[in-house]
Amino acid sequence: MHKESIFQKSRRAWFKKIQQLGLIAVGAWFSPATVFAKPEDAAKAIQEITGGKPVLDGKVKLVIPPLVENGNLVVLKVSVESPMTANDYVKSIHVIAEGNPLPNIFTVYLTPRSGTATITTRVRLADSQTVRAIAQMSNGSFYQGQAETLVTLSACTELV
Amino acid sequence: MSKTSRTSITMPSSAKKGSIIEIRAIAQHDMESGFRYTESGKLIPRDIIRVFTCTYNDVEIFKADFYSGIGANPLIIFTTIATETGVLEFKWSGDNGYEAVNQANITVS
Amino acid sequence: MSKPQFLWFLAATMILNSATLLAASDSSKSKPQSSYELMSSENKAMQDDPSLNPAMFWVGDGEVLWNKPEKNNQSCASCHGDAKKSMRGIATAFPKMMKGKLQTLEGQINQCRVSAQGASALAYESKDLLSLTAYIAYQSKGMPIAIKETPENKSAMQKGRQSFYQRMGQLNLSCAQCHEDRAGLKLGGSPIPQGHPNAYPIYRLEWQTLGSLQRRLRNCMSGVRAQQYEYGSPEMAQLELFLAWRARGLPLESPGVRP
Repeated sequence: MHKESIFQKSRRAWFKKIQQLGLIAVGAWFSPATVFAKPEDAAKAIQEITGGKPVLDGKVKLVIPPLVENGNLVVLKVSVESPMTANDYVKSIHVIAEGNPLPNIFTVYLTPRSGTATITTRVRLADSQTVRAIAQMSNGSFYQGQAETLVTLSACTELV
Repeated sequence: MSKTSRTSITMPSSAKKGSIIEIRAIAQHDMESGFRYTESGKLIPRDIIRVFTCTYNDVEIFKADFYSGIGANPLIIFTTIATETGVLEFKWSGDNGYEAVNQANITVS
Repeated sequence: MSKPQFLWFLAATMILNSATLLAASDSSKSKPQSSYELMSSENKAMQDDPSLNPAMFWVGDGEVLWNKPEKNNQSCASCHGDAKKSMRGIATAFPKMMKGKLQTLEGQINQCRVSAQGASALAYESKDLLSLTAYIAYQSKGMPIAIKETPENKSAMQKGRQSFYQRMGQLNLSCAQCHEDRAGLKLGGSPIPQGHPNAYPIYRLEWQTLGSLQRRLRNCMSGVRAQQYEYGSPEMAQLELFLAWRARGLPLESPGVRP
């Protein structure tokens, strides 16, 4: 951007300059950079899952590499402590990313036949952030765990 | 994205009754997130796999909801108890009528 | 140069200068090092395990194409039979001089299609060409790159060598300045690899798909703001030849995974 003085010779030219600045300011709103979710969006997504019920810490272990070479494909493992019997098992696990444009990443639904409540998948992380996992138990209670990660980008990214 | 694509299942072909087996399921799919733009600034619409299910002799034993945050060529690794000999069926479905199925046999002794 | 160009140049110079100050790089390597060694354990596992490596889908597609008869009812298999036998070791010897012309593996696949199968050439980076390349390269997985300097390829090799050592682009950098002099140091948080082509075609996490060496080289060139070599051009083939010779002895990891 050229740094020209906004003090132009005529008022008309000055008005035009201000208009251009205004357009640029509006344009910035639509750039992808401003579309990242904030922790409030993540909190809202969690609220929809739990219906406002209390979420206890513990039992849920979320593992992502602390430093990620490329956010496009990050290995994520979530495991929940549970006997996985007919009377006491993990019903569902929801994974929420605070820094992604859409906080929900995935949900899995388990049964007493699952054997373990351990899931591995590969996710997209838009930025360095905290990722949360919320587990709903068969008795209706919710537990959560989290992991933080730093996402870097390769030095020579593709332009064309 | 085309209406179906290649998928791959990795799991043991035989197991002892009551043991826990690990299943790896992966599908070939770009998982277009719906948050990317073309060079001219146009938004590329979302085109992802939305649901993955696994049935064991016709009983659903696992289900997953995928969102845009799942990486391309989605992989999921989960477990189940080897209860009986039979067939495990895997189904992926998603945007624009995408559907893929795969299956694997297991002998349980 | 204009102001923004100068700022880019200044930024690049500062990064490179600070990289040199950090540690003395050992540019006298006795053995080339694959960039596999620089990856995280998760990404290494992704490459090593066929049940986790997304590139295996393209290998499967390639196998189907290998057996598919084209317009004159000839498939690759009609002449070459079982790829597991006939294509074993082939990818380690490309690029090579064929009938007086320097051919890359992709170039040779297209040459076969046009002359022996009555089919049209496949576009670079198309799913079909990538699948066939992946399938053929996969048959040489684990085998060392076997490029030698010969009287036939000498002139092409020299041109490729010149490309590698010559400064290019608005940032005025040569391949060697990063990948030979500063390999192992960091550029913007990522370690600089030696830049060997021993895993191609690769499933690059950055691309979220499979891609060829030429695609990666074009990325490098746009990275230094240079005019990119065209896909399938002689300059590309010459550079590929030099890179393969430079990596001779490294086992082929194709199809690889890279960040």
